[in-house]
Amino acid sequence: MTIFEKAKTARPARPSFRPQRFLRQLTSTAGVTLLGLAALLLFLMPLGYMVTTAFKQDSQLVAQNAPLWPAKAATYNYQGQNYPLYDVPTEQGVKRLVLVNPYREESDMLDPEHPEKGIFTVPGRWRTWNPVYSFSPTLDNFQKAWDQVKFALLFRNTFALAIIGTIGTLISCTLVAYGFARFRIPGKNILFIILMATIMLPPQATIIPMYIFFTKLGWTGTWLPLLVPSFFANAYDVFLLRQYLLTIPREMDEAAMIDGASPLRILISVIIPQAIPALTAVTLFHFFYVWNDYFNPLVYLVGKEELYPISVGIAKFVQTYSIHPGRAAAMAALTLLLPALMFFLAQRQFMQGIVITGVEK
Amino acid sequence: MSVVESLRSQAVSQPKRKGSTMQQRQMMWGLFFLTPWLIGFFAFQLLPIVTTIFLSFTDYTGTKEFVPGNFNLVGLDNYGRLFSDLYAVPSMKVTLKYALIGIPLGLIVPLCFALLVNSKHLLGTNLFRTLFFMPTVIPVVAGTVIFGGVLNAQSGWINLALRAIGIANPPRWFSDPTWSVPALNLLGLWGVGNGMLILLAALQGVPTELYEAAIVDGASWFRRLWNITIPMISPVIFYNITLGVIGAFQYFVPAMLIGGLNGDPQRSLLFFPLHFYRQAFSFSEMGYASVLALLLFVIIMIATALLFFFAQRLVYYAGGES
Repeated sequence: MTIFEKAKTARPARPSFRPQRFLRQLTSTAGVTLLGLAALLLFLMPLGYMVTTAFKQDSQLVAQNAPLWPAKAATYNYQGQNYPLYDVPTEQGVKRLVLVNPYREESDMLDPEHPEKGIFTVPGRWRTWNPVYSFSPTLDNFQKAWDQVKFALLFRNTFALAIIGTIGTLISCTLVAYGFARFRIPGKNILFIILMATIMLPPQATIIPMYIFFTKLGWTGTWLPLLVPSFFANAYDVFLLRQYLLTIPREMDEAAMIDGASPLRILISVIIPQAIPALTAVTLFHFFYVWNDYFNPLVYLVGKEELYPISVGIAKFVQTYSIHPGRAAAMAALTLLLPALMFFLAQRQFMQGIVITGVEK
Repeated sequence: MSVVESLRSQAVSQPKRKGSTMQQRQMMWGLFFLTPWLIGFFAFQLLPIVTTIFLSFTDYTGTKEFVPGNFNLVGLDNYGRLFSDLYAVPSMKVTLKYALIGIPLGLIVPLCFALLVNSKHLLGTNLFRTLFFMPTVIPVVAGTVIFGGVLNAQSGWINLALRAIGIANPPRWFSDPTWSVPALNLLGLWGVGNGMLILLAALQGVPTELYEAAIVDGASWFRRLWNITIPMISPVIFYNITLGVIGAFQYFVPAMLIGGLNGDPQRSLLFFPLHFYRQAFSFSEMGYASVLALLLFVIIMIATALLFFFAQRLVYYAGGES
């Protein structure tokens, strides 16, 4: 039983209502759920920072006493001029007043509810008062991020790489997993252990010869070094698919074999239709892998900006944008929007895939 | 089933029968299906690693074409250079610092999350599972940008919160050489989703009778956790540690995005793989970089071997030893 099925099964009904027990249950549930909410809030807090910052004007980020949500200092129009509003502590409690002429120890103020009374002087330092902010999100950051980062090109490149790479991964990994799951090959166990051991191999240990090799072929500065290896299988996805294929009963393919079907036909007509959940998981994993991969495009596409996928494409803006946090947050939001959306749409297949293997790329 | 378990089940040998044409056909088809991986393994893994070993004995630089005559065999010179390299040891220290903080965190935090979302007292478990997992799919470049903002020394929310609870001088995170690596460890916590899910699946595999018996004996929640849960899920814990160790030694991309090629501030983010990347692709010192790459590989192999050695004693396999 998977975690998802388990979560759905109803708990057995309690025999009779006992108030004490009910109360104890209630406090446990409330306690654990509150703890969970607190942990979740803390864990996702950076996302809250990203969203609010992306909609803020940069001026708000350096302003003192500014709120955490995107806002603009509220103003009041008096005789054709805009003046800022402040919450001023007075003897009758906090009053919302317009700051017309700020001075050090006292200021000329105006009551926005009674402008006809005219300007009066209020003692106190205006810098210690809280400015009034009104909720005012801006889309400027997204506009500027979109224009400067060439997101349209980066998205197109990433999609092309993801689609071609995923096709290669699906074909090659399905073939190899089928070979490992269904056929008697001498030394298969050793081959499988070698396959799994390649997880240990750091990419650094192979990248120099690969770079030399691809340069000799004239492939550096093209997508080929990123795409071609995906047509030759990888340990994670083969393992996932093999584990899944082992759970498919052999009766169907044995019946097909007796009918004279070749192993290739059995794979296409019998195995693949039953392995759709695992194939979906592999598709998702490879898509996320391409979206995330930084090291390989960095090495093989150096200088070819028109070919960059999104990871390398936005990397050079990470540092130049530290002076524009709003724009950086908008850029991050644009980058993670699509993977996050895909994850929410296909979260069940995705999370089950991870449980099958215990591995993700 | 985890990798470890499957490797174990693989080790159980299958009975052998005498060869026949049927079996030979089976074998030919099997090898045919394995071909993509066999080619890939030779072309992209075995041959490159052998070439890396060869390159480590040469003075080849990436500026010249890789043909005989453009490089010389220099024996063990590159290996000797390790001892005069100003950054080899410091960068390995940075990587070890990251690993020593990150591996325990990457073990405890997902375990806590898994215990939480496995609790029968939690309302909306599926929503919690999805949301705790979600940051794992966020691209690393985007995550780095976000944490650069959240951990900003002045305007970041973490330091605003720390000041609000009375800490006058909170860490300056990415601007402070002492705190830059722990800051990356915090960023690393956004990737605990996989570990959480695997541990969750393991928790649900623990037979409930064990807990019922322990409750009858009056065992506390903590005792049940320590004496039942942890031993029963130890294969998965071991598996998570193994992947954590392998990942920690290869880690450098967020560090490079934050600190640039120099690993600023003050080279506190010059991770060992970043040092390798600089030697190989910034300075084109392919020969010496090969030594660094091999050293990394050997360290990962030793660490993994040590883990497997300890796992033999500490990990409990409910299915019995094979």
